[in-house]
Amino acid sequence: MTDTIQKVKNLSIGFRSKKGEEILILKNISTNIKKGETVGIVGESGSGKSTLALAMMGYVKHGLYTIGGECQFNSSNLLKMKSKDLEKIRGRKIAMIPQNAGQALTPNLKIGYQIDEALQLHSDLNEKEREKKISELLNKVRLPSPETIALRYPHELSGGQQQRVAVAMALAGTPDLLLLDEPTTGLDVTTQAHVLELLNFIAKDTGTSMVYVSHDLGAIAQVSDRIIVMYSGEIVLEGPSRDILKRPIHPYTHGLLKSIPKLSLAGLPDSMPGSQPQPGTIQGGCSFFDRCNFSDENCKHNSPQLEFLEDLNTSVRCFNYEKLVKESQVSQTVNKIKNKSQDKEILNLSEVSISYAKQKLLDQVFNRISDNNPTVKDININIKKGETIALVGESGSGKSTILKSIAGLLRTKDGLIRFDENRNLSSDLKERDPNDLRIIQLIFQNPDESLNPNHTVEEIIAQPLKLYFGLKGEELKKNIIDLLQKVRLGEFYTSRYPRQLSGGEKQRVAVARAFAAKPDIILCDEVTSALDVSVQAAVLNLLQQLKEDFGTTYIFVSHDLAVVRAISDRVAVLYQGRLCEVGPSNDVYKFPSHPYTEVLLGAVLEPDPDIKPKLVAEDIVEERPPEKGCSFQGRCSRIVGDICKKEIPPWQLTDSGNAIRCHIPIKELQKEQF
Amino acid sequence: MKVDNIYKEEKKSAFAKLSEIIITMASRPSGLIGLSILVFHIILAFISPYIAPHDFKAIDPTLMLQAPSAEYWFGTDDLGRDVFTRTILGGRTALTITFFGSLIALLWGGLLGIFCGLVGGKIDDVVMRIVDAFLSIPWILAMLLIVSLLGTSTEVLIPALGFFYGKGIVRVARAATHDVIAKDFIVSARARGHSNFSIIWNEIIPNVRDAILVEGAMRWSWMLLGFSSLSFLGFGVSPPTPDWGLMISNARGLMSFAYWAVIAPIVGLSSLIIGINLTADAFAKALGIDRSTKAPV
Ligand SMILES: Nc1ncnc2c1ncn2[C@@H]1O[C@H](COP(=O)(O)OP(=O)(O)O)[C@@H](O)[C@H]1O
Ligand code: SF4
Ligand code: SF4
Ligand SMILES: [Mg+2]
Repeated sequence: MTDTIQKVKNLSIGFRSKKGEEILILKNISTNIKKGETVGIVGESGSGKSTLALAMMGYVKHGLYTIGGECQFNSSNLLKMKSKDLEKIRGRKIAMIPQNAGQALTPNLKIGYQIDEALQLHSDLNEKEREKKISELLNKVRLPSPETIALRYPHELSGGQQQRVAVAMALAGTPDLLLLDEPTTGLDVTTQAHVLELLNFIAKDTGTSMVYVSHDLGAIAQVSDRIIVMYSGEIVLEGPSRDILKRPIHPYTHGLLKSIPKLSLAGLPDSMPGSQPQPGTIQGGCSFFDRCNFSDENCKHNSPQLEFLEDLNTSVRCFNYEKLVKESQVSQTVNKIKNKSQDKEILNLSEVSISYAKQKLLDQVFNRISDNNPTVKDININIKKGETIALVGESGSGKSTILKSIAGLLRTKDGLIRFDENRNLSSDLKERDPNDLRIIQLIFQNPDESLNPNHTVEEIIAQPLKLYFGLKGEELKKNIIDLLQKVRLGEFYTSRYPRQLSGGEKQRVAVARAFAAKPDIILCDEVTSALDVSVQAAVLNLLQQLKEDFGTTYIFVSHDLAVVRAISDRVAVLYQGRLCEVGPSNDVYKFPSHPYTEVLLGAVLEPDPDIKPKLVAEDIVEERPPEKGCSFQGRCSRIVGDICKKEIPPWQLTDSGNAIRCHIPIKELQKEQF
Repeated sequence: MKVDNIYKEEKKSAFAKLSEIIITMASRPSGLIGLSILVFHIILAFISPYIAPHDFKAIDPTLMLQAPSAEYWFGTDDLGRDVFTRTILGGRTALTITFFGSLIALLWGGLLGIFCGLVGGKIDDVVMRIVDAFLSIPWILAMLLIVSLLGTSTEVLIPALGFFYGKGIVRVARAATHDVIAKDFIVSARARGHSNFSIIWNEIIPNVRDAILVEGAMRWSWMLLGFSSLSFLGFGVSPPTPDWGLMISNARGLMSFAYWAVIAPIVGLSSLIIGINLTADAFAKALGIDRSTKAPV
């Protein structure tokens, strides 16, 4: 058949463990990629999705080897091909855009030159034609004024623009098949939406087949015609995109979709228990058995086969899928958060400015900071005991900077940070007494970085207990086990090292360490963004539970508006270190909004084919905040002229008590926002 | 929930860890060879005074340059001393001096490197520049100067060697500390308010220790070569102390008719260097440290 362009047949790839066992990363995968279609491969880290994508261009990572099966492209098996022949196919017939492709551009060569190199390698055009082609390609990926872009160096472009250049280079050989491995992961929310929209356009325009690999169902939903869901090296579900997202008939996909926070839902979604088993640890039976809500005795002993259901045009690997076929749609329920936030103020930031500027000698002598245009400026937030307040904004908007100042890791330039109405916390670490340090604890984004790899879980949790409470011996041990229980980890975890834990478990240990100090405030910096989707909801639920038990106040930093929606009572939106909007989350998520909030809300990718992102503003990245006027002036689509460039906009209150900082009157703002 | 057995691992005592590392090292042929050579030399160094068949300094003109025999296994040298005795005792000298030299190099290099990595900024720049400047003087000249001023006693040689071979360790320790210092677990410890000492001891040292130890092991073999060169030039230990460098230097003119007097110390020296090198390499591999990118300075 001519309309199949890549045919994967019974593909198994694996490695040999130290003990000599053969461990499978991909288990007997078969699928076809048709001409002109976009297939999304989704799965959590370690499910084998990248290995599959690489095999589709005849590449098997070092240390892995093909155990059986083939990847047919134009009826020849890529995995058996000589490297000389593969070279002719790679780049010309099959191109790949790896993760962070934009950052992988050669830093000291101009964009035009790099695309020209790709053209020389992958096409037979002469110099004149190539020149024309370069601007054609840059036009196609919709970069503004291709002629000037071609003369720039990679570092002179923003992350989104770099990614566009990477797409242009991949298109240089006019490939029939484009493989994309997490092409938008690591980009800002707004940039992500723009890049996805571009990919959609290119798929339609050129008719190139695409294989889009991602852990993010939201991104997959925006581009795919067909979705393959992978779990533990197997395809567990494959079918038309809409059906998979609307009526997933495999328990994993079903649970996953139920656990992803949505913009439209306030409250925490149900979480999925456990985590994906490590390769080689499945004893027989269904690989999803440990986490499945639909399992029975049969699943424990027998492995289900991938079964094609003709009437649904879907393949599924589950004995009990019929139970799910009957359920018409994923009905997502959320647990409304019930915070007993009191009227008592616990932390107050007034007129806080923070600067990273290098200080001149004179300033050092007088111990002052002078910087007219600090990274963070004029932050006024009043945080109540027991509430969860979220700081949202794109990367570089100053969220982490503010947390660092609250924790004392960074001195403030101006302004006051007050705890409990009277304790001044504007000083840095050295000047704070141990109790001031104890009351504020941090949880970081990436538990791989925040847990010392050379300490056991016990040693990690013991640190604050010893430091603040001087615990020793039996009492210390008892407290550690208590804390582990609180984060739902068994006692036997005490002797493990971080590398022996899954991502979710590591983050639980980090949570336990923070709570060990019995803090009043916990600063959470993107605590779920490094976690797999299926464990994200579980960690959020855990945080919420602990908060209800201990009455802790959270300051929750995130770029993910859906997650923020799920967990926070109040939201503060930041752009370039300046506040744009502050209010109860119910209201921030409703219009009228600040124009920047509108951009953020529009860019959220939801795992629903019916909800498309709205691209309101350009995805430019600004290096530093403007000196005068509104911080958002550079990207605002509703800018009202000179006043925005000269005067700092005033705070305006909406009826619901939402504060918006814009020159456009509230009533006017609402007009175009619904 | 199933507890997966592959990933389950108990906290081990230092002894258990060490024996595991040694087993891993020995599981590779090169590591096994290196370890065997090194262990052989070390055992020999310990027992050599008790098993030496002759007096190492007994001069007997009647026995000059005897070929190997049942009485004198490796023959005798130009003063009629037993080459076998001198060779096994020479290993003792070389191992002792360079072992303690390496310890000193590890100590000052490691501490200064960690300090520089920790404070960063101007102080780091200045200190590193001073270290570089000091050590851009050809070490052999500097050693000659030191030895001619202070004499060739062990008390001078050990610290002097330790000082000159610590430079590479400073660099490695500094780079490793730099990597660790940016990690969130350090930020976390600082935010909790741990003392600087506690941060260095609990958070930094466990994470840079392996890299520093591996570098130290590598330096050891370089130091051995350096020490023997000094002796060869007559600036190492002074005669009649049995020493390989000295023996090679004395006997090299007699190569053509009394090869035995020079072969034995050469074999001793090169096998020990190779042994230490292979062991250090296996040690690095067992700890999962990739040295391939770092050429020896
Ligand atoms: N150590 C630093 N030195 C200088 N500038 C920094 C430093 N850390 C962050 N910045 C700058 O401060 C701004 C805010 O950064 P950050 O608080 O990390 O933002 P967010 O957490 O919202 O992504 C960015 O422009 C960033 O480049
Ligand atoms: S086969 Fe059983 S355990 Fe596996 S997904 Fe289906 S119901 Fe769950
Ligand atoms: S003040 Fe002006 S630039 Fe700023 S958000 Fe409002 S309209 Fe846009
Ligand atoms: Mg941040």
